[in-house]
Amino acid sequence: MKRALDFVLLIVVGFVFWEAMHLAAPFALTSPVESVAKAWSMALSPVYWPHVAETAKAFAYALLLAVGGGLALGLSLGLNRTSAEVAEPIMISVYSLPKVTLYPVILLVFGLGLPAKVAFGTIHGIIPVAIFAMNAVRNLPNVHLKTGRVLRLSRWQTLTTIVVPGALPEIVSGLRIGFSVTLLGVLIGEMFASQRGVGYVLMSAIGVHDVATIMASIVLLAIVAVSASAFLLWLDHRLHHRAS
Amino acid sequence: MAVHEQAVAARGDGVQPVHVSVRGVTRVYGDPVTGIRALAPTDLSLRRGEFYSVIGPSGCGKSTLLDVLAGLSRPTTGTIEFEGRVLDGVPDGIGVVFQEDACFAWLTVSDNITFGLRRAGVDPAEIARRLDYALRLMGLVDFATSYPAQLSGGMRQRVCIARTLVMQPRMILLDEPFGALDAQTRLIMGDELLKVWRETGATVLLITHALDEAAMLSDRIGIMSARPGRIIEEVETGWPRERDSRIAAEHSFGDITTRLWSVLRDESLKSVQLGGGR
Repeated sequence: MKRALDFVLLIVVGFVFWEAMHLAAPFALTSPVESVAKAWSMALSPVYWPHVAETAKAFAYALLLAVGGGLALGLSLGLNRTSAEVAEPIMISVYSLPKVTLYPVILLVFGLGLPAKVAFGTIHGIIPVAIFAMNAVRNLPNVHLKTGRVLRLSRWQTLTTIVVPGALPEIVSGLRIGFSVTLLGVLIGEMFASQRGVGYVLMSAIGVHDVATIMASIVLLAIVAVSASAFLLWLDHRLHHRAS
Repeated sequence: MAVHEQAVAARGDGVQPVHVSVRGVTRVYGDPVTGIRALAPTDLSLRRGEFYSVIGPSGCGKSTLLDVLAGLSRPTTGTIEFEGRVLDGVPDGIGVVFQEDACFAWLTVSDNITFGLRRAGVDPAEIARRLDYALRLMGLVDFATSYPAQLSGGMRQRVCIARTLVMQPRMILLDEPFGALDAQTRLIMGDELLKVWRETGATVLLITHALDEAAMLSDRIGIMSARPGRIIEEVETGWPRERDSRIAAEHSFGDITTRLWSVLRDESLKSVQLGGGR
């Protein structure tokens, strides 16, 4: 009950702050009421949905590749101590690189359109998923793997019944971050080199100083991102709670 | 060797066939010449169905001995025979209980206990039968649907013993399984281990650093030297098969622990001088 009250209080404080910012700089932000109303009208507009569908398609492909590739990379590196020790600093260095600097290269390789957005989303998401999965496997208690050997499990049985379930809480933490940064990558891709998608709508609105559309797009994206993140956070807490 | 002779006389039972035979086993970590010598050439024979404990100073190679006996680690030299076959990897019929908490946090107590059986494709009705037996034997009936995080350390160790037990191993290896438990829980767990040993008829090898635990539970006790470890002396307790922790009140219990300590003290001092420790 207290958590729910805290949550409501946080929302109220956020809206009050937003309204204050709007009053201070009305040319930069629309009011919360106006923004939500605009978001509602956009959500009902048949013009907006093809953009949503385009972004959703690119994001789904990118997330699939980031999660699939990240898990495969992370799990395989995590199972080999030497490879993990070599790969970890490399992956952290690559992850710290501002990925937007790679976008021209991606455009040259994939051209304008869906593949470039998917590739850009994927390179954002794959490394955090891989790092979390790798460390999750490395942190598995050795006694669990020894138990698997004593029970004469095959490598596949060990992977599917001990390694993956044991690493799952950390993997879900990685998915939560991977989800956010993959969406970020897709949107950035749409903002700079696309003629469709939510990112394109946002960039077009910036071009014509349509503050209401900018704020409404932010509201809609925030609803999607916060809902997904809240679900993954709930799953994350649930899995960690069970393990501790 | 007065204790040994009294013990053999007191047992009065026939000598059981050899179940496990260790011949000249050494284990060196790292380079065979310059690496760490964990085990000196070690010989050991376990009789079928006996309860054998190994004690020794910290860092003397007790756990290494268990690992090579379980097939988890290959000896550098020497051979181990289990039921007449030279060991090559983890053989069928061996169960191991580790010192660390080996419960799978994501599985309930029941699922933890039946984990190995399900992977081995055992018939569901048989799994249910063995689970029921193990839950009752280990006093876990009321916790069947609990997760390990909801249990105490002692309860979690019971789950691990139950998981080993349901596989019906012919030899059970235990690596300081009660090391993290308080003194009272250790005594109770010791009694439960004796019950398991009697009911299953398995050969048991217990690694422990507690002299009283070894003296209370075992038919025979092997004392290891400081690193590189080897069995330097064996002591027979002569206890009857039907026994529990109250046997510590027996007069000869003191004789046995005194005997164990008289040998172990020198080795422990050597171990301290060597900078022994785990």
